[in-house]
Amino acid sequence: MSVKRIPLSANHAAAYAAKACDIDVAAVYPITPQVEVAERLGQFVADGELRAEYIPVESEHSAMSACVGASSAGARAFTATASQGLALMHEILFIASGSRLPIVMALANRTLSSPINIHCDHSDSMASRDCGWVQIYASSGQEVYDSVIQAYKLAEDDKILLPVMVCFDGYILSHTYEPVLVNSDEDVLGFVPKNVKRLLDPDNPLSIGVFCMPDYEYEFKYQLVEALGNVPDRLKKVDQAFGERFGRGYGLYEMYRMDDAEVVMVALGTMASTAKAAIDELRTEGEKVGLFRPRLFRPNPVDEWRAILSKYNMLMVVDRAMSLGSVAGPLALELLGAFMNEKDRPRFMNFVAGIGGRDVTVEDIKQMFRKTIDAHRSGTTMRTCQYYGVRM
Amino acid sequence: MSLYRTLKEVPTEEYLAQGHRLCAGCPEAICVRLVTKVAGKDTIIVNPTGCLEVSTSLFPETAWKLPWIHVAFENGGAVASGVEAALKSMKRKGIIPKETKTHVIVFAGDGGTTDIGFQALSGMLERGHDVVYVCIDNEAYMNTGIQRSGSTPYMAWATTSPVGKVLKGKMQQKKDMVSIAAAHGIPYTASATVGTGYWLDLMNKVRKAIDVEGPAYIHCLNPCPTGWRFEPNLTVEMGRLAVQTGMWMLYEVVDGKLTVTARVSKRRPVRDYLKQQGRFRHLTDEDIAKIQRHVDESAAEMNKLVGQEVIGPVQES
Repeated sequence: MSVKRIPLSANHAAAYAAKACDIDVAAVYPITPQVEVAERLGQFVADGELRAEYIPVESEHSAMSACVGASSAGARAFTATASQGLALMHEILFIASGSRLPIVMALANRTLSSPINIHCDHSDSMASRDCGWVQIYASSGQEVYDSVIQAYKLAEDDKILLPVMVCFDGYILSHTYEPVLVNSDEDVLGFVPKNVKRLLDPDNPLSIGVFCMPDYEYEFKYQLVEALGNVPDRLKKVDQAFGERFGRGYGLYEMYRMDDAEVVMVALGTMASTAKAAIDELRTEGEKVGLFRPRLFRPNPVDEWRAILSKYNMLMVVDRAMSLGSVAGPLALELLGAFMNEKDRPRFMNFVAGIGGRDVTVEDIKQMFRKTIDAHRSGTTMRTCQYYGVRM
Repeated sequence: MSLYRTLKEVPTEEYLAQGHRLCAGCPEAICVRLVTKVAGKDTIIVNPTGCLEVSTSLFPETAWKLPWIHVAFENGGAVASGVEAALKSMKRKGIIPKETKTHVIVFAGDGGTTDIGFQALSGMLERGHDVVYVCIDNEAYMNTGIQRSGSTPYMAWATTSPVGKVLKGKMQQKKDMVSIAAAHGIPYTASATVGTGYWLDLMNKVRKAIDVEGPAYIHCLNPCPTGWRFEPNLTVEMGRLAVQTGMWMLYEVVDGKLTVTARVSKRRPVRDYLKQQGRFRHLTDEDIAKIQRHVDESAAEMNKLVGQEVIGPVQES
């Protein structure tokens, strides 16, 4: 087992992981802030370090389409994108999952136009949350590297056969260099041996992506529900096996100082990392606050969420995306869903923050906590999300 | 590579089974049968959305005896790029035998080629993927019910280029997709049709297209009885008339050099072609004369381009 500690941005970490998984086809189109993934993969191929076919496609729509073609032909396929690119892929995202193809995609989260803006929020991946893809949200470069590897192990599992996107905050993570433990390609491939079905095989001709009428469509779609239902358990096992092999693990969620918490913050990605510093400071000030960071979001491990979170009185859900026209942000809505028909459930405070790359500092999180604690103690119920920090 | 000289030499294998749901007289079935016969068993078919896709793949049945994939409407070029890249990569790594020689063939309609699939096709051609792309051109969106496309000819009726008091069908010319494909500098480009007398021409073009390394584009005119409004027993005749009137010229462009593959010494007037199709029923003598002038001009251009008279003058029968 050989491991190196090298400085990598999260973008590069994703590319290193894809290389270690010996991907056969990479189809990528440049978009900020993901472009480093495309560049690094291209360099790996140019240097002969990666023996994949590198398709510099003419759009993200074609990137995902080429991945669908490649994966159907039996190749381990990879792509990466962000924002408008993911939106352009939207149509094909459903086809990748509906055709049960184990494609893995790195997503540097970036807001969606309009106005055009290249900075982070989760509006891109949240708008894709109904596409039948597994979404993993990472909070460090190391977790990006490890998650891409785990993603292939999960995606190609015979009980899953679903595409997986590994999401990480654009710029905040995509362009931040940190020391990342990088395992040898041999060791990684030993952990994720290829298991891609060769659907397009002249010796065994199949028709893929067939036309379907109302008599069968529903059943095909329901198979997706079942496969997604298998994900939480399988990902847990993959993560455990990964931990045993490489000594790093994340589970389906991260919990921080939750034991006696009066208010538990729930957030995805890097905002959760910042929250730890805020929580430490508030704890020294005597406030009992903690953090719950879902790592697997879609499918939501709702049983686990409920089991863990139902004993808390107050959840402070901080969304880095808006669900326009809804009363709450997408993360809050999903958590509320986990408590459907539950009598005893926590109360919710929902903030939207960090839109379009607006910084969410330790002080911002402390302020949100204070507002939540006040609301909790005074029994003031908010019926809609609060747009934290917006100038009105 | 030897070319077919007679239909007797053509392989007898069929890769599109009977019982598909294409219309009576559908040229696409003919085109697919002829092309796949040449390609043989070791072929993967990419089929963007269209008549062919919906009529041959209705679950739980399929008419395809070859591995076949449909993904969406506008991405035939991209899907084929992915399939081809996968085969290349897997061969290099020994995941599949290195000597594997699997052909990748796209069958896409004119909408999926000249309109919505234009970008993905251009990308595939520019990147040089070893794919044979066959445009099955029936000159409108027939699958959704006869809407005009970039490939619909001038003054043809379609439901979105209707004939009314002011407008006489499609008021724009047919997009010259063969030239556009050839302009990518790909090794092989050709026009073809399923018309009577030109099957060998089509099949030999497929042979050449498969034989070249890199992208090949074949644009096959597919007269559609349903959309063009003619009797289904006239499909192949309509293809023949298209060539003999000069409405559709058969040629190939190999490494930049254009050769006309079906000379027409005595051209028939376009009236013979137009008058048999309901989509041109509204045309006046003046309109027909206008179309005739267009065709005369294209014939002259072609003759000038190849430096000899390959498309002759009109001769009234």
